[in-house]
Order: sequence, then C-alpha cells, then structure tokens
Amino acid sequence: MDQNLYRKRIWTNRIGISLSMLAMVLGLFVLLWILSVLFINGFKALDFNMFFHSTPAPGTEGGGLANAIVGSLMLVGFATLVSTPIGILAGIYLAEYGDTSKTAEVSRFMTDIMLSAPSIVLGLFVYAILVAQVKHFSGWAGTIALSLIAIPVVIRTTENMLRLVPGSLREAAFALGAPRWKVATMVTLRAAKAGVLTGVLLALARISGETAPLLFTALNNQFFSLDMNGPMSNLPVVIFQFALSPYDNWVRLAWGGALLITMTVLVLNILARVFFREKVSS
Amino acid sequence: MTEPQAQETKTAMQIRNLNFYYGKFQGLKNINLDILERKVTAFIGPSGCGKSTLLRTLNRMYSLYPGQRAEGEINFYGQNILDPSQDLNLLRARVGMVFQKPTPFPMSIYDNIAFGVRLYENLGKGAMDERVEWALTKTALWNEAKDKLNQSGLALSGGQQQRLCIARSVAVKPSVILLDEPTSALDPISTAKIEELVHELKSEYTVAIVTHNMQQAARVSDFTAYMYIGEMVEYGETSRLFIKPQKKETEDYITGRFG
Repeated sequence: MDQNLYRKRIWTNRIGISLSMLAMVLGLFVLLWILSVLFINGFKALDFNMFFHSTPAPGTEGGGLANAIVGSLMLVGFATLVSTPIGILAGIYLAEYGDTSKTAEVSRFMTDIMLSAPSIVLGLFVYAILVAQVKHFSGWAGTIALSLIAIPVVIRTTENMLRLVPGSLREAAFALGAPRWKVATMVTLRAAKAGVLTGVLLALARISGETAPLLFTALNNQFFSLDMNGPMSNLPVVIFQFALSPYDNWVRLAWGGALLITMTVLVLNILARVFFREKVSS
Repeated sequence: MTEPQAQETKTAMQIRNLNFYYGKFQGLKNINLDILERKVTAFIGPSGCGKSTLLRTLNRMYSLYPGQRAEGEINFYGQNILDPSQDLNLLRARVGMVFQKPTPFPMSIYDNIAFGVRLYENLGKGAMDERVEWALTKTALWNEAKDKLNQSGLALSGGQQQRLCIARSVAVKPSVILLDEPTSALDPISTAKIEELVHELKSEYTVAIVTHNMQQAARVSDFTAYMYIGEMVEYGETSRLFIKPQKKETEDYITGRFG
C-alpha cells in the first residue's frame, strides 16, 4: 500500500469537508442573522392594534396594518384561485396529452422562461397592457401580475408530479377502457394529489412576498378597501414604503408586516413539506 | 351457460402474419396463432423474446406509445383489431389486462372495482354493490376485503392487491383477460392463489398469460407458445409441448439447457 497516496487522500478529504462546512456555516449564519433581526424588531412591533387599525396618515400616531393584511389576503387569494386551475390543467396537458408534441415543447420552454422572468418585468407588462389602458391602478391588475408569477410554478410542479406516477398505473387505467381524460383526472392526478398541492402551496408562498409586480399594479391604499377595481393596500408595498419613511411608528409597522409575511411563508413551506412527506410515505 | 354446445372450441383471437416494430427494431416476426375461447394460453420464452409485446398487441396497449406499430391481422370475433378505425376504449373494455406489478388505483377498494364498471354501465347503488361483491368473490378476495371496502386499495398486501386488479378486470365482464407475468412480484402462497384463480377464470373467460416460470405455464395453461427473438418457435397443447416438444430449441429451453 502506498502510504503517501493514502495520507494525501486523507488530507484532501479533510480540506474538502472543511471547505463545505465553512460554506454551510456562512450561509446559515447570514440566515440566522436575518431571522434574529427580523424577530427582535418584528415582535417588538407586534400588537393588537396592528390587526384592527388601518395604516396611519403621515404624522399621526399609532395605526395598524388591517387594510394591508386584508388587501394582501385578497390579492394572493384571487391570484391562487386564478392560477391553480390554469396551472393544473396546463400541467395535465403537458404530462398526459402533449408529451413530445411541438405545442407541448414550446409551452414547456415558455414556462421555463416565465419561471425565471424577473417579477418586475411581469409587473411592468401588466401595467402596460392594463393599468395604462384603463388609467387607474387596481386590485385586479395586482391579481393578474401575481397570477403570472404563480402559474408557471404550478404548471411545472404539476407536470413533474404527474410524471412521477408510474406508467403502469396509467396503463392499468387504459386497460379497463378508460378514455384519456378519465385516466388523467381520476387516476394519475389523484395519485399525484399531494405533490400537486405542494406545488400550489409553494406558488402561494412565492407570491405572498412579491413586491415589484404590485408596485405598478395594485399600488397601495392608505384606507381600508375591498374594492378590487381600485388601488389596494398590501403588505409588501406597505413595508417598502414604510421602511423608508422618517416616522418611527411607520418603521415599526414595516417590521411587524415583515414578520407577518415571513411567518406566513414559513408556515406555507412547512405545510408543503408535511403534504409531500405524507405522499412519499404512503 | 345458455349456449347450445360448450364442447367444440371456438377461436377467440386469430393472429395472422403479425409483425411488430419498436421504431426501426422489429419485435415480432410473422406470428401466426389461434387463441382458443375459454382456454388458457401461455406465452413462454427467454427475456426479450417478444412474449409481452405479443400480449400488448392483443389490447392495442402499444398504441399509447408513438413509434410502436403492428402490421398484419388480429381477428377478434370477426373484427380486425389492428384496423386504425378500431375504437381502443371499447376494445380494452372487452380485452382486460393485468400487469406484472399490482396497480391498485389511489381510491377505495370499492371504487377500484367500480371505476371500470362505471365507464360502460349505468348501475344503481344496489346493482353496483352486487357487482363489486361478485367480482371480489370471483377472485376469492371477498372474505378478506368485505369489511374494508372503503379503505384504500393500497392498504392491501401485494398478493391481495394483485387479486384486486384481477377483480377489477373481471368486473367489467370482458371476454378475454390478458395476464402479463401476474405473479412475478408475489410470494409463493399468493402465486398459488392467483394460479387457482386462473383455473377458475377459464370457465367463463379466454385467458392469455405471459410467464417467466415454466412450471407455472405447465400448471395453469391448456396451450403453450414458445417464443424466441420475436419468432413463434412452437405452439401446441401444453401437455404435449412439455412432454414431447417437436423442436430442438423448445426442448433445450424447457429442460433448462438454455435461457
């Protein structure tokens, strides 16, 4: 045995492990730093009023985030309602019908581009085709912009999850004389249910923190409003505006809002993991 | 049986000059074979000989995959099922198939059986309950499953799942049942149960079975076809083929000198 070669390998191994540990510690350190700053400032800001008062006017005391919380819930909720059926149906098409056809290949390529498109571009797009045409900002415009971000995420995960369903299950359904749409909806989609739901939750998590596409579309609204045709308050844009403001209570609310969004995204991610784990274990 | 005679055996499927292609590769070469009604026909041969391919032409399963095509004729009660105008869903409702690995659908045991029935029959609740019981009884699963009809089909053991899959095929009342190595993923006891079941099935159905296991072919089938590299080497009554094979290749294979 070549002792030198062996010793050299031990040292290469040690260096390799040390470098990867260092990288992990660095990454984790930054993450923990962000989270601790957010938690310290966020929990200080958290109080009862935050959920029942609307955003304060400049120079006034107190105030809350009620309008922004409800606005965000409505924007994200409607965006989910729009993007889930479109995304799932398109995913079914790609996995069960299109396969290798030209249409499917082009749609798959477009989906990939949309997945990595900067969200500000999508916001600008909706601004140009909708907001600039009707000449006012609106909740619907914000919903459309968020949907454009969520749809490709749902399409991709739906297609991938359907592809994980064993071909034998599909064949077994066809072997009973089932038409393709029945096979897709009753058998494969059902088998991939948990994974598809995970995709929807991840898309939800993704859009609930998006700021850029809302800046040109839903804008913001200082007052409580349920009118989707008018400008609508929402957490990300409020955080953006309040964090840069000179008023102490505004900055405090920005921290509270940031904590709320982070917690929501965290919960969504945990839910997605739980659903997916159930699927894998069954 | 209301038919006047049951003695004379009719042909369920007449395979004539069948050639099969996976793209450019020819998987079956000029196959000629009669599959007799209410008999069990076994396809044996080494891996890659085309026995599964042949089975998958009988319900046109290959048509799911672009690039696979068959030429020739398969006459199924007067109809050439290779005809491009053949309605594949209707064909598959009449020619059922069970696969190597159990494939229960992600739904309850009851719905697994009812799924296929609902596609072609409009049964009331009572009639559907009866059909489910009938199919499960036929496959000797009723006693084990009657108390958990609402549980997922995935909760059953492997052997039970496979019998559920056979019950699912039987429930739509096909005329032919194709079995593609139905016991290769099962333990010996489950295998014995399935083999018994095949015996039961042939009183009402035509059965074609692909198997890797020669003893199994000898036990369950009335007719056996030995295939090698896409060709039909020998076909005949199982008792004759295993005791007195006409061809040297067949003898070599069944005596274990090859394959």
